[in-house]
Amino acid sequence: MTHPLVPHALRVLRRTQESHDTFTLEAEAPEGFAFSAGQFNMLHVPGVGECAISISGSPRRPGRLVHTIRVVGEVTRHLSALRSGDELYVRGPFGSPWPVERAHGQDLLLVAGGIGLAPLRPALYAALARPKRVRRVALAFGARSADDLLFARELERFRAQGATVGVTVDRATEGWQGPVGVVTKLLPELVVDPPSTVAFLCGPEIMMRFAARELERLGVAAEDVWVTLERNMKCGVGTCGHCQLGPYLICRDGPVFRYPRVSRLMTIREL
Amino acid sequence: MSSIRTLSPPFVLPRARLDDLFERLRARGYRVIGPRVRDGVIVLDTVKSSADLPVGYTDEHAPGRYRLRRRNDDAVFGFVVGPDSFKRTFLVPVQRLFRARRDGDRVRFSPEPVDTSKVALVGARGCDLAAIETQDEILAEGAHADPFYVARREAAFIVAVSCSESRSSCFCTSFGTGPRPTRGFDLSLTELLDGPHRFLVEIGSAEALEIATELGLSTASEQDQGAAAGIALRTSRGMERQLDTQGLREMLLSRLEHPHWQDVGSRCLACTNCTAVCPTCFCVDIVDKSSLDGESHERTRQHDSCFSADYSAVHGHPVRNDVAARYRQWLTHKLATWIDQFGRSGCVGCGRCITWCPAAIDLTREVARLRDDVSLETDP
Ligand SMILES: Cc1cc2nc3c(=O)[nH]c(=O)nc-3n(C[C@H](O)[C@H](O)[C@H](O)COP(=O)(O)OP(=O)(O)OC[C@H]3O[C@@H](n4cnc5c(N)ncnc54)[C@H](O)[C@@H]3O)c2cc1C
Ligand code: SF4
Ligand code: SF4
Repeated sequence: MTHPLVPHALRVLRRTQESHDTFTLEAEAPEGFAFSAGQFNMLHVPGVGECAISISGSPRRPGRLVHTIRVVGEVTRHLSALRSGDELYVRGPFGSPWPVERAHGQDLLLVAGGIGLAPLRPALYAALARPKRVRRVALAFGARSADDLLFARELERFRAQGATVGVTVDRATEGWQGPVGVVTKLLPELVVDPPSTVAFLCGPEIMMRFAARELERLGVAAEDVWVTLERNMKCGVGTCGHCQLGPYLICRDGPVFRYPRVSRLMTIREL
Repeated sequence: MSSIRTLSPPFVLPRARLDDLFERLRARGYRVIGPRVRDGVIVLDTVKSSADLPVGYTDEHAPGRYRLRRRNDDAVFGFVVGPDSFKRTFLVPVQRLFRARRDGDRVRFSPEPVDTSKVALVGARGCDLAAIETQDEILAEGAHADPFYVARREAAFIVAVSCSESRSSCFCTSFGTGPRPTRGFDLSLTELLDGPHRFLVEIGSAEALEIATELGLSTASEQDQGAAAGIALRTSRGMERQLDTQGLREMLLSRLEHPHWQDVGSRCLACTNCTAVCPTCFCVDIVDKSSLDGESHERTRQHDSCFSADYSAVHGHPVRNDVAARYRQWLTHKLATWIDQFGRSGCVGCGRCITWCPAAIDLTREVARLRDDVSLETDP
């Protein structure tokens, strides 16, 4: 029996600085590694700790294991020191995927807040790779400021591939020409055919709640809205207890949930 | 009452030959762990012979209170459960998972070997067996079975004991987990004090049958069997505490915002005693440490508690900052959401959390309050 809590060593192939506090690591995936959009890995720094990070690369290129990480504390700070050629210690993949196939024949809308764009990116790749399957692809991305934007150049490429991309910032800095304000403000323009829209939301819980409410107001069915939740996570395999949210173990039953399954739980303080 | 899963008709073991049973277990390579008195408390530890057991002792339980007393007989198992449970044997409090060593620019991981040493657990009660089954579900049968747990579990021989008396904190009958062990044991003893001091021996595994045969035990008479059944019946009937499990999950989930959580939260000290003594609580922390020179590392897994603030920390702040939220998490997990997560109750009715809560918080009473049972308002 192999132990689910012992990591594998992978080789870092490339490190890209995405913004002042966020970077992407590409590593060589182990032979036979496969994942679905929305799944995450546990990234380990020996002697320091471990944290849950979503896979941000394309599921069609499973040989390249890509993570986009925002530095917020000890483990992420150590991870940000890794360079090409270093070893990266990984367990996974874990968790439930974005149900991209639900958007087949429909419109797909992705709503991202901050680092929330990283876990959504694989779904975007998957949808754009099969343009005939998903009717229209739209992305609403909200960042704190222009300095916090992620994947700026790639967003242009998504546009070129046919996606409608809206970007807004909370705070405008000099030179910012785009919209200012919360990401929900972008939604009326991006939702073209509400009854045939499937939406994936990833970002702070409060943002997802407001976005879900706005989508409902626009006529998108709650059953067609999916969110991803975050809790303290130690094991990733449903045995440490930490990531509970009411009836769910987020690592096992999530992190991607159909919104109606969690909407009530998300409104209860300190659940 | 559910039928008992046994492999043969029961035998009878004279009290004087209890040590022969321990001897047989040791001869088969088992270290015997059982109840013994230490610092005024019955704990679980290695026992060499029946003289190490709390012979002639009994225990008094009340919310926040525990006391050992002498009995006026020589009963070997005349007490119920102490603060320890066999959880410590299978899900050990601190388990090293791997060691890692730096080797140039690489790190080499050496997974910790599993412990396959044989242990015989003596004195597991019905509630304890149900607790083991509950943890098996999570740690031995899930998609990611835990090899440390599984190895220890497979190396264990369980000698259960049927309870002859209950204590005020016991409520196993509310969950049907006791007082008589019905499954999950190798061998089960019912102590018979009428007439010659002896035990009714029920057989739950092939190995137990071998041992009974090696010991040359005689088959129990109908009278002995009747006596054991009578004891179990008396014990169930005498159980005072009850938890109304009817619609319990739905009741709790519909009252997640009930003001009573604040009330209990103001009494709870967040000391983590209840989760430490609970035989089903399985939450663990994963801790990575480094040697001073940074050359070697190790990862351990340690018992953790949903009552500690760090437990739920995300982005620098605990999700459950308020103690009321932590108590709600614990209680609703035990009695409601455990069912969603693992298909059964997370409480087996052992009463440990009631006895060992320094604030004398009693979950059965909190549940009754949440049900708005006015009959409780008149209680002192
Ligand atoms: C399923 C999932 C997917 C995630 N995907 C990404 C991603 O793609 N990119 C990204 O940058 N971040 C992601 N996160 C968040 C990331 O796990 C945390 O930011 C990370 O754990 C912080 O670790 P740290 O050691 O650097 O910070 P710490 O020094 O541990 O502390 C930083 C803060 O984060 C909190 N924290 C610690 N551990 C966790 C934990 N296990 N879960 C949540 N918060 C924690 C702490 O309370 C602390 O205040 C994801 C989280 C989850 C649960
Ligand atoms: S919650 Fe209390 S009564 Fe129930 S199994 Fe745990 S310690 Fe025993
Ligand atoms: S309920 Fe009692 S035992 Fe549990 S944490 Fe609160 S004070 Fe401690």
